[in-house]
Amino acid sequence: MLRRTLLASAAAATFVGTSLGAQDVTKVGFVYVGPVGDGGWTYEHNQGRLAVEAEFGDAVETVFVESVPEGPDAERVMTQMALEGADLIFTTSFGYMDPTINVAAQFPDVRFEHATGYKQADNVSVYSARFYEGRAVQGHIAGQITESNVIGYIASFPIPEVIRGINSAYLHAKEVNPDVEFKIIWAYTWFDPAKEAEAANVLIEQGADVILQHTDSTAPQAAAQAAGNVYTFGQASDMSEFGPMPRVSSIIDDWAPYYIARTQAVMDGTWESTSTWDGIGAGMVGIGEISDAIPAEVKASAEDMVARLASGEYHAFTGPINKQDGSAWLAEGETAQDYTDDGLAGMNFYVEGLTGEIPQ
Amino acid sequence: MFGSIDPQLLLASLMVAATPIMLAAIGELVVERAGVLNLGVEGMMITGSVIGFIAAIKTGNPWIGFAAAALGGAALSLLFGVLTQFLLSNQVATGLALTLFGLGLAALLGQGYLGVKAPVFPDWHIPLLGDIPIIGPIVFQHDPMVYLGLGIVAGVWWFLKKSRAGLVLRAVGENHEAAHALGYNVIRVRMLAIMFGGACAGLGGAYLSIVRVPTYAAGLTAEMGWIALAIVVFAGWKPGRLLLGAYLFGGVTALQLNLQAAGLSLLDVLTIVALVAAVVVVSVGFIQNRAFTAKMLWWAASLCIAAAFFSFYKWLGWVFNETLWLSSSPYIATIFVLVIMSSGGAPGSLGKSFHASR
Repeated sequence: MLRRTLLASAAAATFVGTSLGAQDVTKVGFVYVGPVGDGGWTYEHNQGRLAVEAEFGDAVETVFVESVPEGPDAERVMTQMALEGADLIFTTSFGYMDPTINVAAQFPDVRFEHATGYKQADNVSVYSARFYEGRAVQGHIAGQITESNVIGYIASFPIPEVIRGINSAYLHAKEVNPDVEFKIIWAYTWFDPAKEAEAANVLIEQGADVILQHTDSTAPQAAAQAAGNVYTFGQASDMSEFGPMPRVSSIIDDWAPYYIARTQAVMDGTWESTSTWDGIGAGMVGIGEISDAIPAEVKASAEDMVARLASGEYHAFTGPINKQDGSAWLAEGETAQDYTDDGLAGMNFYVEGLTGEIPQ
Repeated sequence: MFGSIDPQLLLASLMVAATPIMLAAIGELVVERAGVLNLGVEGMMITGSVIGFIAAIKTGNPWIGFAAAALGGAALSLLFGVLTQFLLSNQVATGLALTLFGLGLAALLGQGYLGVKAPVFPDWHIPLLGDIPIIGPIVFQHDPMVYLGLGIVAGVWWFLKKSRAGLVLRAVGENHEAAHALGYNVIRVRMLAIMFGGACAGLGGAYLSIVRVPTYAAGLTAEMGWIALAIVVFAGWKPGRLLLGAYLFGGVTALQLNLQAAGLSLLDVLTIVALVAAVVVVSVGFIQNRAFTAKMLWWAASLCIAAAFFSFYKWLGWVFNETLWLSSSPYIATIFVLVIMSSGGAPGSLGKSFHASR
């Protein structure tokens, strides 16, 4: 009798022990749109994941699935993660917005964090970075170093984030070089090295000597390097292996502090649904070192612009700015709002001077 | 009329864009003509791309890279060959597994090589031919792999059409029982074909990582292997049409990007193309026949109606996403071709396992 009780209590103790252990470990899932080896967008999200692991050690377990298409497949992957006991899931591409909302509704106890979207729920936060601040710096540099006055832009999908980037880069290139012209290619992909290289080559063939990209691979950098005399900017990651030419600067996404803070919040039980949109000032957007391949005075004025954007002294969308059709958008001295009508969050128009149409 | 598009550069880039698909597709064509359906093209391409890239980086010689890629692709296909030919596993399932395996293997091998640049692989400026105005820069000033690809297509055409060994390979593909009864070693022929297919897919992948992009990134081939499979069907298992198919697929990609960069409207371009084609049909027909025949007038009228339709649609201002339409056009063309010649062309024993005891 005594022996049986002892065994039973030992078994119970073991059981409690393991279940306590399981509760101690916070499981964090990541859904990636590209491979972790893309050298750009997904690479940086994965760096954030590794930072979470380094910060919390055995207290966290992270899982990720890479190259998940933006569609029904994404829902399947998220559901799987939630079923396997994830406490917090980061879905890191715009196209995961509706899948995230759908899956989150089925798992009210799991917290979701969706990058670059705008749909929130009680257990879905949204977060993004003000990449357009980095685009302003790129436009400022590009407008001054171009000799052909043609700047090529490899865009991904016609969504507000990408359109903001084009507008911001154009406005600041135009400011320093009134003759500048943008040639825009919509690649309809986030990651397809062959197509991105192709797009870069086409832009170069059509006279562009500066290439900006909103796609995730390093292929346009390699294509520009092969062409010679073409400047590029690293996208999402520093891509410094292509410096000092063709890569003359970069936008670096730094997700690590955010991911660590949100994981900590889940551990502490203080997690709430929030909307975060940070820029250069908060460190979520970093500007990669500006190389010496460009003139010193251009570099100095670009660094000055970075400082003014960081301090909040200057807003990348400061009026007067007209829309493409000539109608007024921002009055003299007015800065763009985030979430109003015609605000930055839902931007779906080109500014005056850009040619072509946004594909529907 | 062309805006900022340089037609010469457009046609030249078309030849380059088509090369990786062409290489992978011509290999698969031989495999399928031998009666084997290998759906692992994507996996063999990406493995070839990473092995070729690593070899090229290590030795600094792109040619060794290509050789290594061909060997790597062939080695991977050998795995498929052993499984399907000797162990008689299902070809469709094994091929799909090969793709998954290849993608994983490539991601593993490529770990230390992300963002590394490939050694320079210079273009050939073929003497005399390369100096011909207009045609020279379009056709005769590419890197050697473009010509090697064309050479392989021509070689395969000759092999299948003119050589005895090609006849045996076709016999094996059409009816393996009959070929076996005649004393041909079905398994050996198929193993050789599978390895040739693997080597070609590896070359196609390496062309991407060494020449076209030129860097390695995970997922580099981006589903190109599946396009190659579609082209084989599109071509009706004939090398000549395969060349056409590869240029069509490659050309549409190049054209689409060029139109966008130049800010030209696809509908305008289609209107002009249809009108020009109508004029060409009428004038060429008149010169040949010395009269206006009903057939040629019918063609010209249809083209004019098409032109009117395009400009009318544009005038209506309805939503028309040219990028997506152009991107999908090769697939739509493939579906049409499949419907038109639905039953013809496929080798008789395609996808069936063979064992001598049966």
